[in-house]
Amino acid sequence: MNPTDNAGPEERYRKLRQEADQRRQAFLQSSEPKIHIGMATCGIASGALDTQAAFEEALAAQGLSARIHPVGCIGHCYAEPVVIIDHPDSGFPPIFYPEVTPGKAKMLTKFFLGQGDPRFEHILGAMEPNEMIPAVGDFSRFSMEKRVIMELCGRIDPKDIFDYIAEGGYETIARALLSDASSVLDEVDRSGLRGRGGAGFPTGRKWRLAAKAPGNEKILICNADEGDPGAYMDRTLLESNPHQVLEGMMLCALAVGARNALVYVRAEYPLAVRIVTGAIEQAKSLGLLGDGILGSSFSLDIEVFQGSGAFVCGEETALIQSIQGNRGMPVHRPPYPVQQGLWQKPTVINNVKTLASIPPIVARGAEWFRQIGTENSPGTAIFSVVGNVTHPGLVEIPMGVTLRSLIFDVCGGIPNKKRFKAVQIGGPSGGCLPEEFLDTPIDFDSLIEAGAMMGSGGMVVMDEDACMVDVSRYFLEFTQKESCGKCTFCRIGTHHLLTILGRLTRGEGQDGDTELLDALSREIQAGSLCGLGRTAPNPVLTSLKYFQDEYRAHIEEKKCPSCMCRNLTAYYIDLGKCAVGCEACVGVCPTEAIFTTSNRKKGIDLEKCVKCGECMVACPPEYDAVRRVSPPELAPVVEKPKKEKAS
Amino acid sequence: MDEHYDAEEAQILEEIRERLAGFDQQRRNLIPILQRIQEKHGYLPADALEMVASHLNMAPCEVYGVATFYNQFRFNPPGRNPVKVCMGTACHVRGGDIILENFERKLEIEEGQTTEDREFSIERVACVGCCALAPVAVIGETVQGHMAPSKVESLILRIQLEKERAERERPEDESDG
Repeated sequence: MNPTDNAGPEERYRKLRQEADQRRQAFLQSSEPKIHIGMATCGIASGALDTQAAFEEALAAQGLSARIHPVGCIGHCYAEPVVIIDHPDSGFPPIFYPEVTPGKAKMLTKFFLGQGDPRFEHILGAMEPNEMIPAVGDFSRFSMEKRVIMELCGRIDPKDIFDYIAEGGYETIARALLSDASSVLDEVDRSGLRGRGGAGFPTGRKWRLAAKAPGNEKILICNADEGDPGAYMDRTLLESNPHQVLEGMMLCALAVGARNALVYVRAEYPLAVRIVTGAIEQAKSLGLLGDGILGSSFSLDIEVFQGSGAFVCGEETALIQSIQGNRGMPVHRPPYPVQQGLWQKPTVINNVKTLASIPPIVARGAEWFRQIGTENSPGTAIFSVVGNVTHPGLVEIPMGVTLRSLIFDVCGGIPNKKRFKAVQIGGPSGGCLPEEFLDTPIDFDSLIEAGAMMGSGGMVVMDEDACMVDVSRYFLEFTQKESCGKCTFCRIGTHHLLTILGRLTRGEGQDGDTELLDALSREIQAGSLCGLGRTAPNPVLTSLKYFQDEYRAHIEEKKCPSCMCRNLTAYYIDLGKCAVGCEACVGVCPTEAIFTTSNRKKGIDLEKCVKCGECMVACPPEYDAVRRVSPPELAPVVEKPKKEKAS
Repeated sequence: MDEHYDAEEAQILEEIRERLAGFDQQRRNLIPILQRIQEKHGYLPADALEMVASHLNMAPCEVYGVATFYNQFRFNPPGRNPVKVCMGTACHVRGGDIILENFERKLEIEEGQTTEDREFSIERVACVGCCALAPVAVIGETVQGHMAPSKVESLILRIQLEKERAERERPEDESDG
């Protein structure tokens, strides 16, 4: 910054805001239509780049002009690629279009942008209330959410800092620089915010400990090492609104007195790495980071460290080890990182969501925050609800909403008229809860009481077709691979658990296996140092408790009640339903296991069948002839005609 | 074939040697160095690990220990079309392991391996974060959602056909030029 320029934070921020407002006004007031396309990883995976190209091509071909505004993720994964078209001249409000394929993009360009016909059959809803089109706000998927952390996600361009400033971004830091640093700390303390990384440690208390810790070189780490398979909210936040996270980091650094900060993000998230790195550069160039922020005496440098993919590195001490160039193995606490962390200096480690909660808290006050959520868990929670639900995606709800409301009201319930069976909360560290627990309110304490945990916020909904033994085996396979190997109970114990569970899913279970699983699980919990080992047996323990019947069926009857364990299942074709001459299943079978019977129907060669279920999908619904049974002995034997006969 | 690859590896090592000079000899640089090598070349050749060890004054076994600890690093060259099959929770519930098996069967290699012609390699990844599209596989840079065994076959076939077409067209291009 120019040293002769003596303007203070207030003045400098005002200038930035002015610039941002001008840009925003220019964008809004132009009569050109605006096309907002969701361009986070999930949008791109669904083809958002092709959609963008199709819009550009169609606009050029038809001689139309429009502004394409790439935004982050709005969280509605079921509808990707999501496009919002704001065409003021058409007289319609901004309209939300789901699943905009390149073809649809061309069609919308021609009819809506060209002729003013919004094509009602493709609309999900209007973005604001109006008299022509139902607004998305009337749908429970939108109206039941309460967005604090993700408020701007999907609305602003994550690569443009001015888009964020125009929404009031970085104002809290400009104000905080003028007042006492402890006022931020007090506000966060009063808000009752609990760490969103999973354990729910009060953020204010952590910061206070760090602020009091001796030494003047303190470090702040933003933990974005999201390793839980099935959770992706941290990535989405960094990809959709990185500046809110950076602003939260600045407030934290100011409060605890840190001068250096790191964003620890997985290398598997290349787009998030690029966007955060770019955001830091932009903030630096505007004097919001670096030496003498906004002309004050406060300095902060933020760097990006790419994590190399180890689930255990989500644990604070392991994370520190990996930054120091070691294997990511947890070390004993105390000393806690807030006393002695990275390079032996006091270190605050907060999750992305925790830090992104800070700017709204400081801007609107602790009282406002406390009104959201419950007494002991104020604020909102972000869940990635996936699996067998109608409207999967990221959902931000106030704490205290029940699981039932989240799964059935917000996310649309179970598709295909199937029944709800269980919900797995908190990823590999969490537990599976059955139907009886659907009325449990979602907050840190209630979930732990029920045997699950908030964890990273991954939530997998399972319908009647899921096998709980197989799901437990799946999670154990994950934790066993990810165990760092330091503690014997975790290293060898999880291996044994996995062996036993594998045995059950193959129909080789023995009497006493469930007792063994239970005892071993408790020993692993007691004998492990870090959260990974202590929580790894949770999926086993909860499923043992709530789905004992299924374990018993696997052991005693060698049967998988939901026909998911492939060794215990066989496919056959119901000859009474199979149509003569139909070949639908033959082409899809990857192993050529389907043969024609002597009466020109189809049979499955069980020797060749790999039980992938493709034939079941391919069989036309009017015949619906493919059946699945467990145990496999129940499948009727269909005689395969001799080769000579066929030829 | 092998000679060709040896020459390729020698060239890679030469390049790494030059780039190593740009890093301070501090242990904290270990993981970033390994990441840069993999980013550039797609894998960590065994000799490269030794070079990194001597640059940082560390025992080679220690470098190897760190490199093998993390999921990101691989020690054999990936195929030109790396296949990553997602094994996240949502993909598992929807049959991700069946998709993995199909790739393994069609390409006749196992996960973690590369085909002999270096066209394909198969990896399992924990979660690519596209759970709503489960089951998911990533081929090259493209995410393929709603995978099915029949789709596995068509994807591989398409890549092979494209390659054949490119090979057919190449001699013509050269003669034109």
